[in-house]
Amino acid sequence: MEAKEHKFHREEGFPWKHILGLFLSLLLTAIAFWLALATHQPPALVITIIVILGVGQLLVQLYMFMHFTESDDRAWQVPALYFGLFIVFCVVGGSIWIMTFKSIVA
Amino acid sequence: MSNAHTAVHGEHHPVDPNVPLEYQGEENSLRVIGFWLFLAQDMILFSSLFATYIVMHGRVAGGPTSQELFDVTGFTIETIALLFSSFTCGLATYEMRRGHRDAMIGWILVTMALGLVFLGFEVTEFIHNVGEGATLQRSGFLSAFYILVGTHGSHVTVGLLWVTLLIFQLLRRGITPVTARKVFLWSIYWHFLDAVWIFIFTVVYLTGKVI
Repeated sequence: MEAKEHKFHREEGFPWKHILGLFLSLLLTAIAFWLALATHQPPALVITIIVILGVGQLLVQLYMFMHFTESDDRAWQVPALYFGLFIVFCVVGGSIWIMTFKSIVA
Repeated sequence: MSNAHTAVHGEHHPVDPNVPLEYQGEENSLRVIGFWLFLAQDMILFSSLFATYIVMHGRVAGGPTSQELFDVTGFTIETIALLFSSFTCGLATYEMRRGHRDAMIGWILVTMALGLVFLGFEVTEFIHNVGEGATLQRSGFLSAFYILVGTHGSHVTVGLLWVTLLIFQLLRRGITPVTARKVFLWSIYWHFLDAVWIFIFTVVYLTGKVI
């Protein structure tokens, strides 16, 4: 047990990290709502930006709330989850790509 | 932290004060990593539903479009409720690691209340839609919409039932390595559901209002 590296958050004092996580997630949400509902930018631009904001939200959840990098040995969940995200990107991006191509051909 | 842990130590393993209770012992650590692998594959399951929805978005077959159907007030309240529930769920884990069982149960109850607000608005929205003729079988768009949003809603329902049972275990056994690990897994599941909802309100609701 002694040889292993420990990477845990110390849960001491006031939970500032959680407050910061809440603030960031509310801020990112507010920007996304404002862009989509209150501005009149081109749809493609708005959608691209709000999806990027969504990825930011995911990182806030993972690193501020979910104890993502914690482990009593190596944090194997980090490469596993990023590999999962790669598959997600292939499935969603690939579907959009192939269906757009199909509609152009048709 | 070490004082709180020695006060509530479990019966199965010697307690290492540098490690939170939910990681005490090899089996607990393996279960945590196993649950992360489950979340990674659950994310892939949702990706296939998202891909289907994106492809089906414009296929309304003469029925209602996303512009007509989506109610901004409803999905805004759902989003705020779930964001705050993720925060209060984080505070429950925080109190668990400090060994405060009652504060932890209190934050879990707040999380459950916010989860119920979310589910209430979602069910109301679905009933309202069906009343306007926007049913699951009306169009490809609506089929993909209900399957994607409904799968997330059923995950939230399972999360609420799961944590209800965990509260009884906490009341009977206190914070032990086993109950701590169970609540920890539930908490990362709940945060994960908030992350999935972020993509639903981005890709389904906000995008559905833009195009």
